[in-house]
Amino acid sequence: MSLLDYFRSSKPGSASLAKERLQILVAHDRISRNQPSYIPKLQQELLAVIQKYVNVGKDAISINYEQNDNQETLELDITLPDKSRQNN
Amino acid sequence: MARIIVVTSGKGGVGKTTTSAAIAMGLAKKGHKTAVIDFDVGLRNLDLIMGCERRVVYDLINVITGEATLRQALIKDKRCNQLFILPASQTRDKDGLTKEGIGKILEELAKDFKYIVCDSPAGIERGANLAMYFADDAFVVTNPEVASVRDSDRMLGILASKSRRSENDEEPIKEYLLLTRYSPERVKIGEMLSVEDVQDILSLHLLGVIPESKSVLTASNAGTPVILDEESDAGQAYADVVARYLGEDKPHRFIDEEKKGLFRTIFGSK
Repeated sequence: MSLLDYFRSSKPGSASLAKERLQILVAHDRISRNQPSYIPKLQQELLAVIQKYVNVGKDAISINYEQNDNQETLELDITLPDKSRQNN
Repeated sequence: MARIIVVTSGKGGVGKTTTSAAIAMGLAKKGHKTAVIDFDVGLRNLDLIMGCERRVVYDLINVITGEATLRQALIKDKRCNQLFILPASQTRDKDGLTKEGIGKILEELAKDFKYIVCDSPAGIERGANLAMYFADDAFVVTNPEVASVRDSDRMLGILASKSRRSENDEEPIKEYLLLTRYSPERVKIGEMLSVEDVQDILSLHLLGVIPESKSVLTASNAGTPVILDEESDAGQAYADVVARYLGEDKPHRFIDEEKKGLFRTIFGSK
């Protein structure tokens, strides 16, 4: 980009915003596309089990599925509520 | 061996039928016997774009149900004797479209034709799925616009998982990007996604950029595939696409803004 261009394009156009939004969206879509179809249900059922014992919200559980050459990894992350809140 | 090409996009109105008509005509004009099939049962339009709407007697569903032979249903193009059109049914229910039926038609066509172009309907319903199921190559038609790019990415996922090639563990469908309705002027001022932007997101092999052009509407008004308008930018862009697909080395055009003459630069006419 020349110096002249720098002065000319004072504000970035909406195209860069479009690109940014698309990159996030497409990355997200691709992750969910490549994971096994049972994941959402698994997540739901696990949450139900955990909620039987601990008072957690809907977003307390996250499942991360990864697939490498010949290895599948299922990463389960459960966030328990603060101790201080539990005592209430 | 025939090569089956699907022209797909997910989103409607991006230029699938325009593209199907143009590349089918382009391939035929290069001397390759080509058939182009409309998969949009109930909303057929390829016949209009090709200018043969008054010559439709039998259609795709008639052939599947055995009411007509393939030979009876194929319409020979009046401008190019290497090109044949198989129209979609306008009235029948799309349940008539079956995988077995389409498979048989394609198998029969493959004996006689070099290229079979499948014009997919929009969406991800049966017609769209069947249009791509048997494909060897996919032309993903995309506009430089968020909804179209997203839908194209969705189609890539389906191409990779729901095709004959993926089910049989064969070499995957070859996917090509065709960016249509491109305005270099708007890209320059940051109003429109650029070719590079779209490629960054979709990571597809770019087959060509078709500029936004008045000639596309003019051609469809007349029922002439735009590729026959050799004077027009869109027509030339499609001719380049066909040449590139056939392995010719053609530099990309219509990506940068047309250079204005000195006179127009100085006096700033629009």
